[in-house]
Amino acid sequence: MKRLLTTATAFALLSGAAQAEGTLSVYHWFEYIPQELVDKFTAETGIAVTIDTYDSNESMLAALKAGKLGQYDVSVPADFMVQIMRDEGMLDTFTPEEMTNLGNIAPQWMDVPFDPGRSSSIPYQWGSTSFSVNRDVYTGDISSLGIIFDPPAELQGKINVLDSQNEVLILGSLYLGIPQCSTDREQLKALNDMLLNAKQHWASFGSDTSKDVLVSGDAAAGMIYNGFSAKARAEGANVEYSYPKEGHVVWMDNVVLLKDAPNRENAIKFMNFLLEPENAAAVTNYAAYTSGVAGVEPFLDEAIKTSPENNPPADAAPGVFAQVCDAETQKLYDAIWTNLKK
Amino acid sequence: MAGMTPAPKENGTGYSSLVAPLLLPTWAMIGIFLVLPVLLMAVYSFLTKEFRGGVIWDFTLAAYDQFFLNRGLFGDEPPTLEWTYITIFWRSIWQAAVATLICLIVGFPTAWFIATRPPKARAVWLFLVTIPYWVNLLIRTVSLKFLIRENGPLNESLMSIGLITDPLPLVNTNLAVQLGLFYSYLPFMVLPIYAAVERYNFALSEAAADLYASRWVTLREIVLPVVKPGIVAGCILVFVPSLGAFLAPDLLGGAKTFMIGSLIDEQFRGSQGNWPFGAAAAMILMTLVLIVLMIYARAQAKGEAR
Repeated sequence: MKRLLTTATAFALLSGAAQAEGTLSVYHWFEYIPQELVDKFTAETGIAVTIDTYDSNESMLAALKAGKLGQYDVSVPADFMVQIMRDEGMLDTFTPEEMTNLGNIAPQWMDVPFDPGRSSSIPYQWGSTSFSVNRDVYTGDISSLGIIFDPPAELQGKINVLDSQNEVLILGSLYLGIPQCSTDREQLKALNDMLLNAKQHWASFGSDTSKDVLVSGDAAAGMIYNGFSAKARAEGANVEYSYPKEGHVVWMDNVVLLKDAPNRENAIKFMNFLLEPENAAAVTNYAAYTSGVAGVEPFLDEAIKTSPENNPPADAAPGVFAQVCDAETQKLYDAIWTNLKK
Repeated sequence: MAGMTPAPKENGTGYSSLVAPLLLPTWAMIGIFLVLPVLLMAVYSFLTKEFRGGVIWDFTLAAYDQFFLNRGLFGDEPPTLEWTYITIFWRSIWQAAVATLICLIVGFPTAWFIATRPPKARAVWLFLVTIPYWVNLLIRTVSLKFLIRENGPLNESLMSIGLITDPLPLVNTNLAVQLGLFYSYLPFMVLPIYAAVERYNFALSEAAADLYASRWVTLREIVLPVVKPGIVAGCILVFVPSLGAFLAPDLLGGAKTFMIGSLIDEQFRGSQGNWPFGAAAAMILMTLVLIVLMIYARAQAKGEAR
């Protein structure tokens, strides 16, 4: 009983101390920020941080739409979701004067299509999606998306694709060289037919399992995220991640300032804190993707700095972001996906 | 009940006035956990889809139109019957039926075996049947995948004893899905049949034998009619969850084709979600299951009247 009281008092004191400097409510992905970094922020600023987590962009959007907007200060949507939230008027803006560390953002991530000039969001981590091949099974050329969509005999029937409409349809469009959010009948029919034809060579659809099937040998090739492929390699699979010549999907998670943030000042402090190279590097060392902040190299772990998954070859084709289609166009892509999986 | 407790005549209001309040918890349960969710689902299935999840409160038949009518990829062809979803439903129903049949074929003899042991041994056998189910379903399904994969223990041991030369391709096949469903739901078949067989009076079998009934006739004419409620309960308990299952099809079957469960699941998550369509598909599924159960109940009632 006495111990309980002591604990309660300690908590009361702690929260009292924190209230003096205020609080910060973060809505974040699960397991995406190291606790030490949060503690460091609290130690530096005296701001107590509470973190709630989500497991997909869509569930975050749904929760905010269902009335949680106004309870959180910041959240961490991916590129296309930043645009959706901006279109829905769910984001606040900051000025360059407030965001004193804005200049730390790596130049190529400053003027991004989903937030031109960065007035609502700052980069958190970014990565890419393409495919990996088990080099014990197939030693040939893997520089084309044809490995997935028109596979060589050695890989037929041993391919896992992501169970994710966006990524499969975008990579398929890249392979055929047609734009995203197309409304051209011939192009969409070609995409539909190409996917149906490729499916006969696929063993399974799976996103969460995309690393495990490569490690276990259930699949000899598979669509995968670069960080996941690095982990598969670390777990002993002889896999090589490809940056195909047709292009690959790039995604970026961003910290956004939410509309009606209850602690706007503290949110700005937190975002500035995350733009410090040392702190950005701490996240990268934890999550194994890539930071969007310049000057993080001295703080990175050696293994992450040199991993082939995080360092595309100089001649790699550019990556593309997922585009947000309008409702009518999206319907067509939904139909193609249902058709593929029926 | 009426026979056991004669209503107090001198105070006719006293007892019956208590009935309504005493039934209140029951009505609340049925109302909150059965009627309300189904009504909600029914209403949602007639609403308009909001882009990226959610609904707009405009009543429409669009969800049912999408389910039954095919207007081509671009929505401007003359409508024909849409086979996509009917195929998905049919595939799931067929799969659930096969799983139920396999569970019955294995479950009935198992239940019979357990029920004919001495009482103490029965408890041990029942315990053994239920023990794997203390482990989470997801973990059991993943473990099964580990066992049957190409370089897994099953194939390795079969190859080491020389029964096969090449590993059997089991993962990502329908066979693996059936195995997963069978393993997931077998106790739901064994336990109700066991309960029915346990109450069976074995003197009836002896009497039948004394009257020169063959074993087959005894099974068909005496045993089955008595334990039938247990078999029916077992079949329903296996069939219904198998119909909506998506763990086994996704993990063991490779998720290459939609099942009813994964089709509906997909409508409620993802930026491509379509809540009214998910609700409509669930309503259609529920209607189908109810029709089957009603046909059965009617046949049952006729059989008893005979």
